Amino acid sequence: MNVLHFVVSFLGDGAHWQGYDGIPTRLAEHIRYSLLALALAAAVGLPAGLLTGHYGRGGTALALIATAGRALPSFGLLVLMFLLLGFGTVPVMIPLVLLAVPPILVTTYEALRSVDPPLVDAARGMGMGEARILLQVELPVALPLILGGLRSAAVQIVSTATIAAYVSLGGLGRYIVDGLYQRDYEKVAGGAALVAGLALVTLAVFWAVGRAVVSPGVRRGG
Amino acid sequence: MFGAVIRMESVTKRYPDGTVAVDRLSLEIPDRSITVLVGPSGCGKTTTLRMINRMVEPSEGRILLDGVDIRRQPVNALRRSMGYVIQNAGLFPHRTVVDNIATVPRLLGWSRRRARARAAELMERVGLDASLGRRYPYQLSGGQQQRVGVARALAADPPVLLMDEPFSAVDPVVRKGLQDELLRIQDELGKTIVFVTHDIDEAVRLGTRVAVLRAGGRLAQCAPPAELLAAPADAFVEDFLGADRGIRRLSFLPSGGLPLQKSPVVTVDCTAEQIAARAAPGLPYLLVTDRDGRPLGWGEPEALLAGPPDPARLLPHGRPFEYGSDSLRAALDGAVLSPTGWAVAVDGTGRVLGVVSQQTIGEAVRSAHAGSRTAAGSWDRVAG
Repeated sequence: MNVLHFVVSFLGDGAHWQGYDGIPTRLAEHIRYSLLALALAAAVGLPAGLLTGHYGRGGTALALIATAGRALPSFGLLVLMFLLLGFGTVPVMIPLVLLAVPPILVTTYEALRSVDPPLVDAARGMGMGEARILLQVELPVALPLILGGLRSAAVQIVSTATIAAYVSLGGLGRYIVDGLYQRDYEKVAGGAALVAGLALVTLAVFWAVGRAVVSPGVRRGG
Repeated sequence: MFGAVIRMESVTKRYPDGTVAVDRLSLEIPDRSITVLVGPSGCGKTTTLRMINRMVEPSEGRILLDGVDIRRQPVNALRRSMGYVIQNAGLFPHRTVVDNIATVPRLLGWSRRRARARAAELMERVGLDASLGRRYPYQLSGGQQQRVGVARALAADPPVLLMDEPFSAVDPVVRKGLQDELLRIQDELGKTIVFVTHDIDEAVRLGTRVAVLRAGGRLAQCAPPAELLAAPADAFVEDFLGADRGIRRLSFLPSGGLPLQKSPVVTVDCTAEQIAARAAPGLPYLLVTDRDGRPLGWGEPEALLAGPPDPARLLPHGRPFEYGSDSLRAALDGAVLSPTGWAVAVDGTGRVLGVVSQQTIGEAVRSAHAGSRTAAGSWDRVAG
C-alpha cells in the first residue's frame, strides 16, 4: 500500500485509457489549457519584456508587477473569477496567465539588460536600426535566458492547471479532485504522477527547443 | 573606394548637466591618412570620434564629409558608409566569423552568397586563416577577434574607418602585429582612418597626423608625429609625449645616411694576415661573420689569431639594424646593446654591410637636428 503501487495500478488499468474520462482525453485537455495559457502569457510578457529591456526603462514597474504576481494566490483568484464570470475557460485562463506573465516578463527584461553594451554599440555604429538591433542582436544573444523564463512559466502553468478541475473543467486535475471526493487514492496518486510527468516532459521539450534555436556561439554554459 | 575628407568646424559637445566634452574643435582630417586622436582620459577623444558617425550629436558646429554636412543623409546610411571598430571588437557572439564580417554588406542588401564571398576575401586581407570562418567569436584569441573586427569594418569597402581604442585590450606583442597589419592594409586601401588611443607610442607609430587633445576637449596640437616630437606646442603636449621623446624622435630619422666601416669585419675562416690588417684604430675588436656574411659576434684580434674562433666565446653583437629601412633609433639601440658600443648594419637578407660606432650615430643625430630646423616635419616615415 504505497504511492508507487497506487500509481502503477492506476496507470495499469486499461479502463483508465479510454472514454471521456480516460487518460488520453484528460492529458490532451491539460496540454491544451497549458499551451493556451503559455501562449497568452508569452504574447503579453515577451513583447513587453523585449521593449522595456531594449530601452532600459520601466525596470522598477516590472519588479513591482513581478512581486504582485507572485503574491497572487492562483486558487483564490480562480474561485473569484468563477464566481464573477461563471463556467468556462476564461476564469481558468486568467489566474494561469497572471501566474506566468511575471517570470516571462521579468526574465526577458533582465536577459536583454545583460547583453554586453559594447555589442549594442557596435551594432548601432554599423548602421543597424533599433528593430534590427533588438531582433538580430539582443534577442539571439539573450535567448538562452529568455527560454529559461518561458520554461519556468510553462512548468508552473502545467502544475497549476490542475485547479481547472475544481471549477468543473477537465484536465489531469480531474483525477485529483474527483479522487479526493470519492476517496479513491489510487486515482489521486495516478493523476498527480501524470501532472509531474507532464512537467518533466515540458522541461525536456524546452531543452530540445534550446538546442534547436540557440546559436552554438551563445549556448556555452547556458 | 578610397577615403573621404572629414572636416570638423568648431564642434562642441555639451551635456545637459553642463559638462563640456568637446570644446570648439576644428579639425581637417585628410583622406588616405591615419589621423590619431590621443590624450588623457576625459579629453573627449572618443566623443569626437563618435560625433563623426553621429553616435553622439554635436551641440554646436558641424561636421562635413567631402564637403557635405553629415546630417544631410539618413543616420544609418551614414554609419554604413563608415567602418566602426571598438575595443574588444564587439563581435556578435551568436554569429560565425564569416557572418560577423558580412554584417554591413547584408544590411546594404547584398545576397548572402555575395556577402560571404566578400567576407572570405577580407579574412585573407587581415591575415586570418579561411578555416576560422565557421568558428564563433568565443573560439578565437583576442588578437584574432580584433582582426575580425577590422575585417567587419572593411566589409562594405567604406571610405572612412573609425577605430576606438581597437588594440588596447590585447598584449603588446599581439598589438604590434595588429598595428603592422593596419599600416599594411592602409598602404593597400588608402582609407580615411580616424583612430582613438590613449597610448602616445601607438599614436606616433600609426599616425600620419596626431591630434593631441587636453582635458575639456580642446585641441592642443595637431601635427605629423615627427613634428610633434621635434616641436611640442606647449608644456602639456611635451609632458604627454613623455620623457624619452628625444629617443622616440629617432624613429623618424633614416639610418641610410650613416657612414659604415667595412674593415673591422672578418669571416670565421679568415687568415692571420687579414686579421692583422683589419684591426681598426680605436676598436680593439673585430666582428666575426659566418661564411655567408651573417654576424656571429665580436672577438679580440689576439684571440682570433690563436686559431679558429669558437662562436660561443665571442662577445654578443647586439641586435643588427637593417641599413636604410630601419631608423636611427634601431641603429642606436644596436650600438647600446653591443658591449663594444658598435652597431652592426645588415642588408635585407641579414648579411653584414659594415659596423658603426655610437659616436658616429650621435653625429648623424646632431646633423639631422640641424637640418630639421629648416625642414621640420618633412622627414619621411621610417619603419621604427
